This record gives sequence, structure tokens and C-alpha cells, in this order.
Amino acid sequence: MIGERLYRDVRLGVKTLLLHKMRSILTMMGMVFGVGAVIAMLAVGEGASKKALDEIRRLGSQNIIINSQQAVENSGQNSQRIRMNIYGLLYADLERIQSSYDTVVRAVPAKLIRSEGRVAGRSQELRLVGTTPEWFDLVQREILAGRQLLDRDVEQNANVVVLTEHGARKLLAGRTAIDTEVLINQGYYKVIGVIKSESTQSGSMQTPDQNIDAYIPLNVAIERFGDITTIRGNGSRSRELVELHQLIVEVDKREHVESTAASIERMLSVFHPKGDFRMSVPLALLRQAESTQRTFNIVLGSIAGISLLIGGIGIMNIMLASVTERTREIGIRRAIGAQRKQIIGQFLIETVVLSMTGGLIGIGIGLLIPWIITIVADMPTVVTPWSVMLSVVISVGIGIIFGMYPAMRAANLDPIEALRHE
Amino acid sequence: MSFDSSQRSNSDTVISLEQVWKTYRMGDQDVHALAGVDLEIKRGSFWAISGSSGSGKSTMLNLLGCLDRPTSGVYRLEGQDIATTSDDELSDLRLSYLGFIFQNFNLIQQLTVQENIELPLFYQGVDASEAAKKSRSLAERVGLADRMGHRPTELSGGQQQRVAIARALMNDPSVLLADEPTGNLDTATGDSIMEILTELHDQGKTIIMVTHEPEIAAHAQHELVMRDGKVASITQNNATAGVPA
Ligand SMILES: Nc1ncnc2c1ncn2[C@@H]1O[C@H](COP(=O)(O)OP(=O)(O)O)[C@@H](O)[C@H]1O
Ligand SMILES: [Mg+2]
Repeated sequence: MIGERLYRDVRLGVKTLLLHKMRSILTMMGMVFGVGAVIAMLAVGEGASKKALDEIRRLGSQNIIINSQQAVENSGQNSQRIRMNIYGLLYADLERIQSSYDTVVRAVPAKLIRSEGRVAGRSQELRLVGTTPEWFDLVQREILAGRQLLDRDVEQNANVVVLTEHGARKLLAGRTAIDTEVLINQGYYKVIGVIKSESTQSGSMQTPDQNIDAYIPLNVAIERFGDITTIRGNGSRSRELVELHQLIVEVDKREHVESTAASIERMLSVFHPKGDFRMSVPLALLRQAESTQRTFNIVLGSIAGISLLIGGIGIMNIMLASVTERTREIGIRRAIGAQRKQIIGQFLIETVVLSMTGGLIGIGIGLLIPWIITIVADMPTVVTPWSVMLSVVISVGIGIIFGMYPAMRAANLDPIEALRHE
Repeated sequence: MSFDSSQRSNSDTVISLEQVWKTYRMGDQDVHALAGVDLEIKRGSFWAISGSSGSGKSTMLNLLGCLDRPTSGVYRLEGQDIATTSDDELSDLRLSYLGFIFQNFNLIQQLTVQENIELPLFYQGVDASEAAKKSRSLAERVGLADRMGHRPTELSGGQQQRVAIARALMNDPSVLLADEPTGNLDTATGDSIMEILTELHDQGKTIIMVTHEPEIAAHAQHELVMRDGKVASITQNNATAGVPA
């Protein structure tokens, strides 16, 4: 019964609006572009931040990553002599971190060595990562074939290697990966597993994994490569002594991450006065990115609010004109026996139909734009369901809020005066 | 107080006015648009109200039509005193007991003939199929059954007034109120409208019509002349064909 009435009322509203198609369309424009812009902008913003946040999250929000870096005064030397650069994290640092912090669950070391891998005449530049099996617990990767490094590989000093999907494809060219022997620096390493590549690398952060990584047991790396590497530049040669290139520290709780990081940094600074290490705390970056996103959302929300407000005022303006224009109609309806609330209902329904239709078209446009942006500009966009739902609610709300005043004006007309209106 | 459309007093009297005053305040002066009107209208009677401009005809019709309340005095419609009714209750009274016919037809332009006719039942909440049945039979009665889908602008003045009559009959009103129903029509068309009204009266409808044309007023049983807000005279018109006194 109520449904049938509402259907009749809505149909009447639509019919009335269709009498002035052009006017109705122009009136809706404010809502169309307001809602469309909101959804599209949110989708682009969300897409950009999701990409950044995913990257940071992948590093582990409970982790602290410490990288070795050349101290400033050591770099930029242009000597022809062979000289030795000594810098970076020490084996002793690893032990200090492992033993002196209650909040540290574990600290996983890595040696990073550039070397070439060969299989049956093919060669590929690799980044050897000498690490412990725990690396795979901290930086979780999908295992595509075989297995990850295990404690027994370490115990047996086994010449084994885990490749990334990307590296395996380059090196093996479609051949079965597992059990293939890869020649690296005059030693043969048996491929025991392939893990998924995580190719994204943000410029500012030295991520713990790369496309061309090949994981070998840390003790094998130390034994085979030692701590000294020779770097050949154009005409110059330099040598580096680095014990550990990277430490990933896992903290027991999120709440302890920042304090632990600060305290480790203080401790390391004592042993490394030259500052030949760099710490990155994914959680802090995450927080920062999230707060940037929040600010972005607030700014967007305000712009959206203003444009919707303007859309609403536009609708109200037209509805007020419509009430004046239809004064006689209102008088006729009242004389026949329509109550005030029925007149209010009639005009409110018209405004809501206007604003909601505008809103729905706006949603259509708001979905279309991110889709086009993704295709044309290859930018990630994420349309969140809540932005669409919010848009529907807001367009109905705008219709009711900005329709109320014109509708009340209509309902409060004196029927006698209204009937006399020309 | 609530009104029930099915509740009609079985009394002969549909409308009674006792010392009804309607006073408008213009600046610091009181204008008595109605100044102590007493009137009783029997069921099935046909009244014409005439009088010079400013004599209070429109005020009277608005009051009888429950579009307005008296400043003082008692107005009873179907035995119910409307003095203390709310705006919503006045609407209900109009919807239940009254039908309006206007000089300028007052059809709603964006609605079809059928939708215009069905308007009273729309507000009564009668379901669509029942309303359609009734509107069709009334359209037939005023000779417009083939124009149901047309817009008012596609009809002549006489046709529009017939639609308005059909609409006014839709709620089976106790009283039909007509304000100069032929005022915007040529003589021939006006006569055909008066034929319909006379026919309705013959079928037992109570009709109150405002007119300033004596020939039109002559169709009614009772001719009430107003002057300065008062009833100046009431003439019985026995010449009306086929109407028992
Ligand atoms: N709304 C109003 N405000 C003030 N005075 C009014 C109003 N309506 C009617 N009047 C006055 O009441 C008197 C009767 O008016 P009306 O009923 O319109 O007469 P008629 O319809 O016979 O010409 C006139 O003097 C008119 O000026
Ligand atoms: Mg008048």
C-alpha cells in the first residue's frame, strides 16, 4: 500500500521533472560533477596511497631495517691507488642487538654480493643474499617451487640457492629450475627453490629483496666470498670491506617498534661514529603515509562538500522558482483536499529524484574516470565501496535538506491566494 | 476531532450558517466581508449566489468550501462544526464532502485528463484500478471518455470545464461548489455546462453556484443576493423546469 503510493508519487515527480527536461538536466549538473569528482578523486588518491602503503607494509610493520652505507668522508675519493673502504654493520652489531634487547624477537643478517650466475652458457647478473632461514619468516614470500633455505642447509654448509621467479626465468629460460646447478664465482650451487619476485622498489628505501636476488646460506657466503669485494670502475679499482650489508630486526609488538629503533640507533651510533649505517622503520613510514592520506582525504572531503553544497543550492534555487511557477497547481491540490504534508512530500520527492538522479549519474562518471585513468595513464586507482555508498546517502540527504525549504514554502501557501494566482 | 467520509448525517440540512462573520483587518480598519449571515441549505437543492462586486460572494464560497474559517459564528457542514478544526482536518473535510468547479477550470497542466479526474481519489489513497474505473464512468457521463489521455491544453474551454466537473464528482461530494462556472465560456458552451449541472441537480446533487449573470442564476432553485456581506434577498425560482419545490 505504502509502496504503491510512493511509486505513484515518484512517478508523478519524474513526470513533472520530464516536462522541463533541459532545466532538470542543468539543475542536476551540480550533483553530477560534485559526486563524480568526489568518487574519481578518492579513487585516484586511494590508488596512489595503496601502492605506497602496500610497499611499506611488505617490509613488515614490526620490522626495523638497518643498512650499511659508506660514510660520507670516505666517498668521492678519486685516487688511482687501490684503497680499502671499511664500513658498515659488523657481526658484533648483530650479536649486540640479539642479546641486549628484550623487545627484539630476532635479528636476521644479510650479506649482499653482486656476482654473475651461469647455467649452460647463459649468464645473469645476480645479487647474492647470504642470510639465514629466518629471513623467510620476516619477509614472507610465496614459494613457487621447491623450498626455502632451512637450518640443515646452514648446518651442512650446503651450496644451495633459492632464486626469485624473475631470476629463474632469466637464468634458466624455461628449464626446470629445481636441482639445476648454477655456477656462481667458481662454485656450483644447487637450486632448491623459487620464490615470487617482489619487483617494486621505492627509490628512497633499500628494500630487502630485489628481482635478481639469489639466496644462499650466510655461512656459505662468508666462506666463499669473505668480507672483501673489489669494485672495478672506469680505470680505477677500489676494495671494500663490509661484514654485513643488512640487518632486519623483528620487534615483539608494534608499540615497541619505534622505541626499540631509537635505542638501537643510539647504541649503533656509539660503535659507528661515522654514521656508516642507515635505519628505516617501515612502521614510521606507514604512519607518515597514513597521515598524509588522512590530510588528503580531509582536503578532498572539503572540496567535495563545497561542490555538493553548491549543487544543493542550485537545486533549491530551481525548486523555489518551481514553487512560484506552480502556485496555482498547489492551490488546486489543496482545494481538492491535499494536506500540507502531502504537498511537502510531493516537492521533496521531486528534489530527491533530481539530486539522486544527479548523484547516480555522478557515480557512473566517478567510476568511469578512474577506469580510463588506469587504462590511459597506467595509474593504480581504487574505488572504495564506501565512497559510492556515501555518495548515494549524500545525494538523498542533499535532496531532503535543500528540498525542505521550497517544499515548506509550497505547503504553507494559503490555498485561497494560491488559487487566485495567475 | 476526526471526520469520516462515510459518515453523512441523514438530516435534510447539509449546510447551516448561524450569524457568520468574516472580518479582515485592513490597516486600522475592519472590513466585514461577511456580516452576520444565517443560511440553511437543504440536501439536493440548487443555489445561485449573486451580488455586486465586493459584496462578499467569494468570501462566502471560500468559507462554504472549508478553505477558510469564520471569524465568528457557527458553520456546520454535514452537522459538524468547523470552527475549531485544524488545517489537516479542513483538508479532510474538503476531500470527503466537497467538490470545486472554478471559473478558469483549474486543471493541472502536466497531468492527463484521467489523472486530473482521479486526483481526489489519489489523495484518498484509493487504489489505481478502482480510481480508473470510476474516472472512466464519470468521463463518459460528461462525454469525454475518448479524451482520457489528453492534456488539458489540448481541450477546448468547454471540454476542460467538463473534466473539472468530473473531477469534482469523483469523491461523491455532499456539495458541489461552482464559482462562475460559465464565466470563461461563450454562451452556447456555457449553456451546455449548465445543462450538466441541472442534470446533476435532477439526480439529487446539492449545488451552490456563484454567478453575476441573471440568465445563469435562473437555472437554480434559490437565488441568493448578497449586499455588503449580508444576505439581501432569497428568491425561490419556481420556473426551473422539472424541479419539485
Ligand atoms: N483577503 C482579504 N483581505 C482583505 N479584505 C478582503 C479579503 N478578501 C475579501 N476582502 C474584502 O471583503 C469584501 C468582500 O470581498 P469578496 O468576497 O471578494 O466579494 P465578491 O466576491 O462578491 O466580489 C471586499 O470588500 C473585499 O475587499
Ligand atoms: Mg469575487
